[in-house]
Amino acid sequence: MEFIRPDININFVGMRGKAVSFSVLLILLGALAIVWRGGLNMGVDFSGGTLIQVKFSQATTPDAIRDALKDLGIGRSAIQQVGSGSDNEFIVRSDISEEKAKRVSDDIQARLDQAYGPGKTTILRVEMVGPKVGQDLRQKALLAIYYALLFIALYISGRFELKWGTSGVMAAALLLGVYLLGLTGLSMTYLIIGALVITLVLCWILKLPYALGAVVALIHDVFITVGIFALLNKEFNLTIVAALLTIVGYSLNDTIIVYDRIRENLRGSRKGDLKDLINRSINQTLSRTLLTSGTTLLVVLFLFLLGGTVIHDFAFALLVGIIVGTYSSIFIASPLLIFYEDWAAAKGIAKRRA
Amino acid sequence: MKGLKWRAILIAVVLVAAVVYLLPSLNVPLPAWWHGTLPDDKIHLGLDLQGGMHLVLEVQADEAVKTTLDRLIDEVKEVLRKEKIGFRSIERNQAGHLVIQLPDGSRRDRLREVLEKEFPIVEWVEAAETSDGFRAVCRMKDKEAAHIRQLAVSQALETIRNRIDQFGVSEPDIRPQGENRILIQLPGIKDPKRALDLIGKTAILEFRLVAEGVDPHTDPAALPAGVKVYPMRRFDPSTGRTVEGKIALKDRTLLTGEYITNANVRIDSQYNTPYVALEFDPQGARIFERITGENVKKQLAILLDGVVYSAPVIQEKISGGRASITGSFTMEEARDLAIVLRAGALPAPVVILEERTVGPSLGADSIRKGFLSMVVGSVAVVLFMILYYRFSGVIADVALILNVILIMAGLAAFQATLTLPGIAGIILTIGMAVDANVLIFERIREEMRMGKTPKAALDAGYARATLTILDANITTLIAALVMFQFGTGPVKGFAVTLSIGIIASLFTAIVVTRLIFDYLFVERRMRTLSI
Repeated sequence: MEFIRPDININFVGMRGKAVSFSVLLILLGALAIVWRGGLNMGVDFSGGTLIQVKFSQATTPDAIRDALKDLGIGRSAIQQVGSGSDNEFIVRSDISEEKAKRVSDDIQARLDQAYGPGKTTILRVEMVGPKVGQDLRQKALLAIYYALLFIALYISGRFELKWGTSGVMAAALLLGVYLLGLTGLSMTYLIIGALVITLVLCWILKLPYALGAVVALIHDVFITVGIFALLNKEFNLTIVAALLTIVGYSLNDTIIVYDRIRENLRGSRKGDLKDLINRSINQTLSRTLLTSGTTLLVVLFLFLLGGTVIHDFAFALLVGIIVGTYSSIFIASPLLIFYEDWAAAKGIAKRRA
Repeated sequence: MKGLKWRAILIAVVLVAAVVYLLPSLNVPLPAWWHGTLPDDKIHLGLDLQGGMHLVLEVQADEAVKTTLDRLIDEVKEVLRKEKIGFRSIERNQAGHLVIQLPDGSRRDRLREVLEKEFPIVEWVEAAETSDGFRAVCRMKDKEAAHIRQLAVSQALETIRNRIDQFGVSEPDIRPQGENRILIQLPGIKDPKRALDLIGKTAILEFRLVAEGVDPHTDPAALPAGVKVYPMRRFDPSTGRTVEGKIALKDRTLLTGEYITNANVRIDSQYNTPYVALEFDPQGARIFERITGENVKKQLAILLDGVVYSAPVIQEKISGGRASITGSFTMEEARDLAIVLRAGALPAPVVILEERTVGPSLGADSIRKGFLSMVVGSVAVVLFMILYYRFSGVIADVALILNVILIMAGLAAFQATLTLPGIAGIILTIGMAVDANVLIFERIREEMRMGKTPKAALDAGYARATLTILDANITTLIAALVMFQFGTGPVKGFAVTLSIGIIASLFTAIVVTRLIFDYLFVERRMRTLSI
């Protein structure tokens, strides 16, 4: 069986302008959503607070629950139905994270018992994170993202170009740059942005177009996934960060496959137009790219549909990330090589004239 | 082919090892000789799957330093009286310094000398004449304060461990975290509120005299010196209700719970209500005998964590070191109170920094749904591979099933914890494991289209795809390792299964499928390749 005919020849490279516009639009939309909502919808892991999943023995509505919890100051937006309608399961969030012996969950249970009758409600899950731990977890998550990006950037800069010496220079420069940034006492978020910028600039200066393309594609995937979470106002928590890191690792997968083929074809023929060669490489690997992403997407789709409420958002993040990752390795990562080449050629001409 | 044999042996060894590690988790009856000689550990389920409570507590270690200072003040007063150094007052100020007020500065050198000799844990900060006398400020040495804090944390850990042991939780995990935090994991706990009450209670038991003739409802400012108002929970046997009230007590603590050797629940025969019977050690018994003897016909209040539970009138001197706390207890409350009194008070209060509780029903639900999506996803992938690659797809499926077995065995072998995100990690690996075979198969198809023989195409396919596969997986592995380093519980579980899965899938997709193909081509002299 074959989905993609071997002689397929779609002009992906020709669509690079449109693809880049589309991606920029998506990223801008996400950024707008973040600004519009005043930041990401941080879950209790990062913002501190209490999350409670309750099961009711009879059908009820968020409004009725809010009425029952009125004096605890829980707004309507903090109550959300989860699972299928017949489950009667709701998630209730509160900003309060009592650190004394008295628990918010006990208060909520007491109010619900009063309103619905004792034994009619069961608390399935409680997640309480105090502000101190919230801050710790935020820091840890940022550190994780930071180190993942750092190590992956180092690995691909060395591996893609097969110039480990250059990669060593890159590693040293990156570590030095990050160290200097760290001395300024900036917050972790800025450190991450700083490290990314340094990585991109280094790839540029050291003439590592493949590494540059891969890192840009990777940032692209993460930005779009985060943006979609902001657009849908989905909660951002520790497991979502784990999903993002997985996406970072996985989205490179497809990019690496296409890049490997481009280099293989380059070795075969030095002559010919780079655009054609890149387009041929994308088409040659298209079947593989779609199939490999397809099987992964298939299992994650089942996880999303059947995995239950606790894992729902995690599966959603993976789903989005895999789709975006596949898209970016076809439409973004490879065309970037052309942009780079065009720029290098223009510079080359300029040099000759001078 | 010689290499074939060695690869077959390698795979067989890995497979046998995997089955040996996996068997204990499958609930199959194992022969007696198995235990003790072969691995016996089951796959450990995370709290999100088996239900339970995850707690991070912080010991308020600074409170322990304050308590020590307060106790020190009493001792300093005693010594100064003995040394005949007159003082107006000795107090602990906001900064945690000891402030000693003397009528004048004439005995300042003697004071300093006495303090330095008798109380080496404090150091002299400053001294100055004031308008109404002389003021000396001392503080606890940093080293001593740090030692007290450290001790408070380790004692709290020990006490909480005792309480949980007596409460009866199977396989609790209690360990220090960072400088002053305690991590507690209680699998399968049924009543989280009760467990939390038991763990979080400071359980400082105090005996104080009731300030007789003082109305507890008077303005706090108008109370006589050395008297404070405390809340009281009193049980009214005639109505069977608990009454919340107030009571005025004298400040001086006559006896504390530190002399308790035993505490048990008894049933009051008259009202059929539970109470807690205490036994003191000889020293405590002597103190109790003295205070009851000195205060006959007076009311003695029993406080637990600042709440008065009962305030009986002392009828006569009590010797033998026995006392009881009556009050409005349910049987459960009385039992828990007895546990905390036996286990001892916490040296400092604790606060809950983090609580994650999953009920057993949700945990079971998560396992069911997790495995359902795993099975459905696997079946879909298995069918797809057979449809798309026909016979070669079957070989890839064999590798896939072997891959899942290896991941499970890996979890059991490394004693890793399987969490819900961990199951997601396995599911993800199932999708990614066929990645490698898809890469190889697509490459083989390409080579065959270029006119190569099946065997040549196979060799070229594996040779060219292997490096790409390694590359693609290493980046995911890097992400997984970073997650493992920085993640907490469930995320760590995800990182573990993902890492094991990636390594296992490299092995099965590259080594195992290759062996099967080689066997078919070399030993069975297969001429065509169904792909």
